Amino acid sequence: MGNKISRRQLIKDGGKTLLGGIFILSVPSLLRSFTRTEEPPNPAAAAQLDQRDWETRYWGFICDTEKCIGCGRCVVACKLENKVPWEPEYNRTWVERYIFTMDGEVFVDSPNAGRDGFTAEPMNLKYQNLDVSKSFFVPKLCNQCDNPPCVTVCPVNATYRTEDGVVLIDQEHCIGCRYCIQACPYGARYVLPEASSTHFGQVRVVDKCTWCYHRISKGLLPACVEICPVGARVFGDLRDPDSPVRKMLSEKRVYVLKPTLGTEPKVYYVGFEKGVQ
Amino acid sequence: MEGFIYPNEGVVEWDLLITIYPFITGLVAGAFVVSSLYHVFGMKSLKPVARFSLITALAFLLVTPLPLIVHLGHQERGLEMFLTPNFTSAMSAFGYIWLMYLLLVLGEVWLIFRPDIVRYALSSQGIKKTIYSVLALGVYDVSEEALSIDRKLIKALAAIGVPAAFLLHGYVGFIFGAVKANPWWSTSLMPVIFLMSAVVSGIALLIGMYIVVAKIRRMPLDHGCLRSMTLWLWGFLSLDLVLEGLEVFTMLYESEESWGIVHQLITEKIAVSYLGIQFVLGSVLPLLIIGFIELSGLKENIKTPFRFVSAFLVVAGVFAMRWNVVIGGQLLSKSLRGFISYTPPLLGLDGILVAAAIMTLPFIAFFILSHLLPPWPEETRVGERKTLSFQQW
Ligand code: SF4
Ligand code: SF4
Repeated sequence: MGNKISRRQLIKDGGKTLLGGIFILSVPSLLRSFTRTEEPPNPAAAAQLDQRDWETRYWGFICDTEKCIGCGRCVVACKLENKVPWEPEYNRTWVERYIFTMDGEVFVDSPNAGRDGFTAEPMNLKYQNLDVSKSFFVPKLCNQCDNPPCVTVCPVNATYRTEDGVVLIDQEHCIGCRYCIQACPYGARYVLPEASSTHFGQVRVVDKCTWCYHRISKGLLPACVEICPVGARVFGDLRDPDSPVRKMLSEKRVYVLKPTLGTEPKVYYVGFEKGVQ
Repeated sequence: MEGFIYPNEGVVEWDLLITIYPFITGLVAGAFVVSSLYHVFGMKSLKPVARFSLITALAFLLVTPLPLIVHLGHQERGLEMFLTPNFTSAMSAFGYIWLMYLLLVLGEVWLIFRPDIVRYALSSQGIKKTIYSVLALGVYDVSEEALSIDRKLIKALAAIGVPAAFLLHGYVGFIFGAVKANPWWSTSLMPVIFLMSAVVSGIALLIGMYIVVAKIRRMPLDHGCLRSMTLWLWGFLSLDLVLEGLEVFTMLYESEESWGIVHQLITEKIAVSYLGIQFVLGSVLPLLIIGFIELSGLKENIKTPFRFVSAFLVVAGVFAMRWNVVIGGQLLSKSLRGFISYTPPLLGLDGILVAAAIMTLPFIAFFILSHLLPPWPEETRVGERKTLSFQQW
């Protein structure tokens, strides 16, 4: 009897779980199926990309802070795609919330690095007593700087820049000195913990965003760009006049983070505000 | 944690081990400078500690790479710094500079102690004879002619050694000074400040060790030598204080965007170790004490405890300075909006116990080296080279 009920219950619950499960699980499996296929899903785009040598591409990234809704999907997608440890201290990308008050004060937060969105700490409750003038979200990731200080300081050349303008880490070579973490002005780097199980199976070495190098070299978009429901993240080839990044850069006025440091970041921000850094 | 920090910033990546690393290199550089003041610049008053300081420098130099290697995420890949160096990295040159400097110091030690080594090799027996014969490297010529060539070589090595010591330590300062991402580190004064504080800490260490060793060995203290060292300490310390003050004053005067957080760092987060220990107890107070006692007509043996206390304060102050730079710099978030908190753990590779163990190693090395090659003045006085047997000490 009890058995039956629990079985019925199981089917009932199972149905609900299944629906939710399909929804949640479709994210990683979708992403995974993309990475597994040898053929890019969009043959036309692939054909176009195939005509060009990867070394002739020069990747660029745009974050549109006027569009970002702080849902945190990008953070989740990135963690699943790149096997970034789930804890909020390890991030290849994260989302910050900026709050400006009428008297010019600035408040910034990023609960769980934006992984779970911001609804658990809504602004009207968390900043109840403030006279807020405006507020917005700023997605962050490695800027793949053109003049990357992290590459300059790496004592063993484990961090390097590719021809197509992406900064990568050879994790089988990294000695874990963490000089690059000190040198990156944007907090883009972190150390893989002892218990991590990333694609390269390395621990105690440095990791950071690669703009999903394994995907973009196949003609796919970075996972965060692909998942963003509002198109706040735009990616493409800076040398291709028809690429979405190029088009947007010629239409909008953009800014980069900490330009005075001379790192020449390649993540451009639309809707920038003084105080964002 | 306080205010906003970037999510990846929760950990202080360069911990206690990286704090003691520049501290140890600094002591090496300082001790070497003292020995060179005698060997190159002919400061006769420093003769009693000339050999002693060289052995001290060697003892600390041997331990220098240890904290750096222990700190790596992958110690087994440490050699890659030699094999695949990236010469734009301030860190990659370390291995080479260290090796060069080690060879130089070893060469100088060998030349200076050669007559003793030969004497021990000829007069001892058994295992001791073997050890000293190996150390003699097959060269037994101690004629006046050979020794005068030695002296020239010693002078040359000591002369090269001074810029080399400066390079070794100035470059350690550069590791931090060249990080533009960090407003508390990024200043071109950093290498010079590191250098000055290195010399200061080395001289102070020698003063302290000299007094302690003399007590233990019941050796009479050479007060002239002690006075000379204390005055040198005073000179370098004043210079050091001016430079360190200048650095912060410039930051305050220029009041760049980052000044707000730097100001908060030094007046709140590291106020005790910075204003309290580094500035007041480690610099101003010893300057006053030394100034007072060296000008006073006090008896020399009454001055000794004051000199000792000043030396101790200075070494503690320089350690605090290393802490304030290395740890302090990492407490402020690069978002310039918050602070990370850090208390060193007791256990573990990054803990206090390991750091303390590493800090005792140079003293153990010194103990062994000074038994092998006694640097004490009474045994080296020119003219009265009586044969020394191993048992005498
Ligand atoms: S954002 Fe940081 S990690 Fe990325 S390239 Fe620039 S300096 Fe390097
Ligand atoms: S931690 Fe690794 S990648 Fe970073 S500087 Fe050191 S060796 Fe290079």
